[in-house]
Amino acid sequence: MSGVRVLVGTRKGAFLLTSDGKRERWDISGPHFAGWELYHLKGSPADAKRIYASQSSGWFGQIIQRSDDGGKTWQQPGIPPGEPTTTPDGMPKGESNKFVYDTSSETGKPLTTHQWYDGTPHPWEFKRVWHLEPALDDPDTVYAGVEDAALFRSTDAGKSWRELAGLRGHGSGDKWAPGAGGMCLHTILLDPSNPNRMFTAISSAGAFRTDDGGKTWQPINRGLHSLYIPNPTAEIGHCVHRIAMHRSRPGVLFMQKHWDVMRTDDAGESWHEISGNLPTDFGFVIDVHAHEPDTIYVVPIKSDSEHFPPDGKLRVYRSRAGGNEWEALTKGLPQSDCYVNVLRDAMAVDSLDKCGVYFGTTGGQVYASADAGDTWAPIVRDLPAVVSVEVQTLP
Amino acid sequence: MIRVTLPPHLRKLSHVDGEVELDVEGRVTQRSVLDALEARYPMLRGTIRDHVTQKRRAFVRFFACGEDLSHESPDTPLPEAVATGAEPFMIVGAIAGG
Repeated sequence: MSGVRVLVGTRKGAFLLTSDGKRERWDISGPHFAGWELYHLKGSPADAKRIYASQSSGWFGQIIQRSDDGGKTWQQPGIPPGEPTTTPDGMPKGESNKFVYDTSSETGKPLTTHQWYDGTPHPWEFKRVWHLEPALDDPDTVYAGVEDAALFRSTDAGKSWRELAGLRGHGSGDKWAPGAGGMCLHTILLDPSNPNRMFTAISSAGAFRTDDGGKTWQPINRGLHSLYIPNPTAEIGHCVHRIAMHRSRPGVLFMQKHWDVMRTDDAGESWHEISGNLPTDFGFVIDVHAHEPDTIYVVPIKSDSEHFPPDGKLRVYRSRAGGNEWEALTKGLPQSDCYVNVLRDAMAVDSLDKCGVYFGTTGGQVYASADAGDTWAPIVRDLPAVVSVEVQTLP
Repeated sequence: MIRVTLPPHLRKLSHVDGEVELDVEGRVTQRSVLDALEARYPMLRGTIRDHVTQKRRAFVRFFACGEDLSHESPDTPLPEAVATGAEPFMIVGAIAGG
């Protein structure tokens, strides 16, 4: 019988929640990497046993972890303990936690500063990996979105990383500025119909697309309107929180922006607002039903300072019309005195029938719906603050 | 034999209990001790000092013999008691909240 494995990243470790296809009873594994921040874990679409995890700490920096057995055991990809870290001629070997910005003249223009909050130049400094996106067809290839914003790729299962410098170097990088959470590249979408096309999003620079496998990039922010920047329709500077795609229709993207829920039907060439009757169009997460490309989910959050649900009611909103017309999904969710947040990488869907929908909160709950959002139940209630939720549908 | 103590997270990451004992060739300095430590435990590269600049991470500090050595040059010889193994070289995570 098929099943699911929910990968949960929290402020103090990772947890794996597994169930059969009924999704009623759950086994909880964890905490893995206790005490560390787990910004993201994600499984390979090409090999369900392969999982990548981003482990970080303000004290000790970034660690990449990899599991080849579905999360039972983990390793840092690369050099076994006891082996020298340099080759006989003194060159460093690949190191899985080494992310170095590329400023070489061959692969990108030297780019050493971006804008700080006050508009002054600020050095580009690597802080952590926000998002790991394994390739669709190769378990050894994985992309990493990092803070300060850049895109890296590993083709050796996480042992070594090389920046796709064309993104930072495309022309606007020196004008990017951080959002409240830092200047992070948090969304990586791979087009299943076109291996050369990829979308990324950066807070708070905007959305970007490559059509040549990551060599060159262009901003795709036309139609976005952000009142919190001097020019509300500027080419860059928009605080995109999350973008979602249905694999059957990769030219259609849905975006939860700092304010506004947006949609494009032409791969980002132009966006239009689909906030419709939402109680607030601020929020972080957005996702698409596994089998219905026009069914989308958001969790409205009251404002950009309060960061909790309106009226203390935790409600997922679902649109079956690709936006504009939204219904509140409340069954099983707290409808009073609830003041948690749902962060940008903390919602995911499985591909069972019916589609399962999952999200985690800063209060440590992970909620699941096995009926596409009609009803909800907590899988766990008392984890550390949840940063990310991903789901693997198991054969 | 040089004795090194690691903060708990780094002990767990490198799968060690208690102190680490290292052989260091030549002068015993922060740099030579950390080079030897990272050669034995490559998973620690980047966690104590930056990969590229080799500077100490901001929230990591070095102590030995009751002295704060965090701001010493990485090539300054460590105290004799560290070089002889009488005292450990202590790598400490700064107290900076939970």
